[in-house]
Amino acid sequence: MTEAADSLLSVKNLSIDFGTPRGALHALRGVELEVPKGRIMGLVGESGCGKSTLAFSLAGLLPSNGRVAGGAILLNGEDVTKMSERELRDIRGRRVSMIFQDPMTALNPVATIGRQMLDIQYRDAGGKAEKRRRAAEMLDRVGIPDAAAQLAAYPHQFSGGMRQRVCIAMALLTKPDLLIADEPTTALDATLEVQIIELLRELQQEMGCAIVFVSHHLGTVAELCDDVTVMYAGEMVERGTVRDVFHNPAHPYTQALLECDPARIKDATRQLPTIPGTLPDLVRVPPGCIFRNRCEHAWERCATEHPPHYAASGPRHVASCHLLDKEGTA
Amino acid sequence: MAETTASYKEPSALRVYAGQLRRNPMGMLGLVLVLIVVATAIFAPWLAPYDPNQIMLGPRMGAPSAEHWLGTDQLGRDLLSRVIAGGRIAMLVAVATLGAALSVGLALGLIAGYGPRWLDNILLLIFDAVRSFPVIVFGLAVVALVGPSLYTVILVVAITSIPIYARIVRTQTQALRGAEFILAERAMGASTLRILGVHVLPNVLGPLLILASMDVPMVIATEAGLSFLGMGVRPPAPSWGTILNDGYNFIRNSPWPVIAGSAPIIIVTLGFTFLGEALRDIFDPKLRRNS
Amino acid sequence: MALYAIQRLLLSVLIIAVAVCLLNIMLHLVPGDPAVMILGPRATPELIEKTRVEMGLDQPFLIQMATFFGNLLRGDMGVDVFTGRSVTTIVMEALPFTLALISASIAWAALIGIPLGAYSALRRNTWIDRITGILSVGTISIPSFVMALYGTLIFAVWLGWLPAIGAGEGFGDQVVHLILPAFAVGVSWVGYIARIVRAAMLEVMGENHVRMARAFGLREGRIARGYVLRIAVLPAVTLIGAGVAHLFSAAVFVEVIFARPGIGALIVSAVNERNYPIVLGAVLITTAIIVLATLISDLVIAWLDPRQREGL
Repeated sequence: MTEAADSLLSVKNLSIDFGTPRGALHALRGVELEVPKGRIMGLVGESGCGKSTLAFSLAGLLPSNGRVAGGAILLNGEDVTKMSERELRDIRGRRVSMIFQDPMTALNPVATIGRQMLDIQYRDAGGKAEKRRRAAEMLDRVGIPDAAAQLAAYPHQFSGGMRQRVCIAMALLTKPDLLIADEPTTALDATLEVQIIELLRELQQEMGCAIVFVSHHLGTVAELCDDVTVMYAGEMVERGTVRDVFHNPAHPYTQALLECDPARIKDATRQLPTIPGTLPDLVRVPPGCIFRNRCEHAWERCATEHPPHYAASGPRHVASCHLLDKEGTA
Repeated sequence: MAETTASYKEPSALRVYAGQLRRNPMGMLGLVLVLIVVATAIFAPWLAPYDPNQIMLGPRMGAPSAEHWLGTDQLGRDLLSRVIAGGRIAMLVAVATLGAALSVGLALGLIAGYGPRWLDNILLLIFDAVRSFPVIVFGLAVVALVGPSLYTVILVVAITSIPIYARIVRTQTQALRGAEFILAERAMGASTLRILGVHVLPNVLGPLLILASMDVPMVIATEAGLSFLGMGVRPPAPSWGTILNDGYNFIRNSPWPVIAGSAPIIIVTLGFTFLGEALRDIFDPKLRRNS
Repeated sequence: MALYAIQRLLLSVLIIAVAVCLLNIMLHLVPGDPAVMILGPRATPELIEKTRVEMGLDQPFLIQMATFFGNLLRGDMGVDVFTGRSVTTIVMEALPFTLALISASIAWAALIGIPLGAYSALRRNTWIDRITGILSVGTISIPSFVMALYGTLIFAVWLGWLPAIGAGEGFGDQVVHLILPAFAVGVSWVGYIARIVRAAMLEVMGENHVRMARAFGLREGRIARGYVLRIAVLPAVTLIGAGVAHLFSAAVFVEVIFARPGIGALIVSAVNERNYPIVLGAVLITTAIIVLATLISDLVIAWLDPRQREGL
């Protein structure tokens, strides 16, 4: 299960707490993530499941009340959680870059696109003219017409889709090993979404960087990603190739999630399916399986024993559900 | 929503606010200072050790002593007594001014916010024009016309404060005007007066009162300032401004009149400002986050 | 941009016109004959009649207003009742002193207030932030004349370091004479500016583009100056533009206390003498400058913030 040689990012048993007035909120608990070089990993789950927290922690960008409570994030073998602010700054925008959810607010409103694209190249060699040329080239590459002239434009002069293209251009300008995309298409309408996904795929093939793609839109993940990790309430519940997970979902949560995806509903219905119940309290995390209060298959064992990662259909397909325990129940 | 407001009874809400205020040291300091000043103003005649205008045979411009806690001025009058009497004038001006400005501002704001568009535009232009006069310069112009007096001060400060309140009322009224429950009332045939009185007024009154209490230092400073220039309360009446003016004229002889005249202004200012800040933080948590 | 400037300018002219009308209406609302008021105790029936004709007070109100506006457009604001000199000349002689005082005050206040506010925001909840917070709330509301009196008392009377009277001769001397007055007018603005910059910095620091800049590994200092402060100074500019009226009020006291020439001192002496044309002229020029200042601050903001340039 280790792809040691070509592993780019390897998250081991990562736990993250947030300080709240009620006490520590255990936002991530024992999360494992493995991203080989040049692969695209999808990260799915409901809002509040910790997928964005995980994505931000990969670049050492936790909010001020966040704290790594345990585990490691190995990027090319170096632990991001142990890095000083200086070392973190060194990897950010060079080995790891990010695309954010809302392109309308992600760019500095009072600086030109060109200045912002020049700013992020501050570590690179080359004169100003050279950096401008690189910026214009990249804008052109992401499909912005008349790219060289647009360097003088301000963010508000672009539409949402165009702004997200600018953000992608910025993220790839520094040729990172890992691109973290935090719901980059959520704020865009459907046709734009398709275009952006298409663009990301092309650029990924061209530049060969790995991508961690956070989304709650299962269709998008299925289309773009090689592997997928399903998260629920701060835990990883299932992981595998897109094919294995989407065709043979092993965890009841993944199954429910797939059933709720509006794209899958074939018959006209008045009521969209939902998963009954609510997220558990993450300040006082209950013992046993985290999903059991919403799971229709739950039995006694689920209330007491936290399920480990059981092997599922494919070779790298695992899920945390006692239903998969061949020895225990059979 | 209905249940939460119902279970949140008036006294318990008040107690919550009081508790929050008690945990805010600067706010408590402000409250104490304000209470001291208000109490002093109310009980001025009983608290003052001497007649504020009595010219005594003792030392002139004397330093603080057992007989004269804050010293004496150039005529030998007891400064403490003058400061206490001045506090009464200051508070009187503050209450009268803010009362007048609030009621006129409220009325004009409701008219601008609820009336026809053209009236709104005219009123806004007048508000802007009045606001573009600096208070003191405007006050001096009025004094030039009608002569200096306590009433001139009240008139000037009230007129210059009206636009501030009127604008706030106007904005709130306009926001409410489009609200669904108001539209429903109108559809059911409620009169404009009823809508304004029953729905709009209670909604704008709260923020307006907090704002007015935060303006008290401004009013008091304006009164003291105009009196200092000899354009407000006339000597020998003991305004803090006239005390300061006497002190200024004899500043090279004795610092005590300046200190005695400015101390209450500083105390009132700090008291109302700290209290106002605390109240604003309590009633408007959104602002607290940013400041 | 040009259209926006023209719109703003027209609105400003309209506001000044309304202000002039209000002043004139006030003059007529007051019971009594303006000519008698102006002449005061020296009034003889012949003199009153002469003044009435000179000031056009024998004409109907609307004609008077029209004449006033017509003269105003030619830069004629009447003559001094006592000396017969042109009011425009007298006011324009006093104006530079007041403008120097106001600009010096706001300049030093901004030079200290902006870094102080930015520093407080970056070092939030440290002792320096708390002290800045309390001091700015404290100084904001202390009136300028109290500041001026204590400045005189401490630095002129007790320590004898600084001159407390007049405007000085020659550049260096004038600067020295400006120190105490500019201190008195500016000190509360340090607090104002620091507070608003701090609040704006904190708000901008939470915005997404700052997180994005951080995600690209930009240095914190670069982010603070190039990304956060550039946006956070905008409200301070608005504040200063809208605060010019307060600055003029403060200038009145400070000019009287430090016996400096200037518009404020001019108005006070004119009011004492009931020299009504000078009062009216000085108030008018003051109002015009205040309206102009608001306009300038809007234009500065449009220049600093590209979002404001369009759509307006």
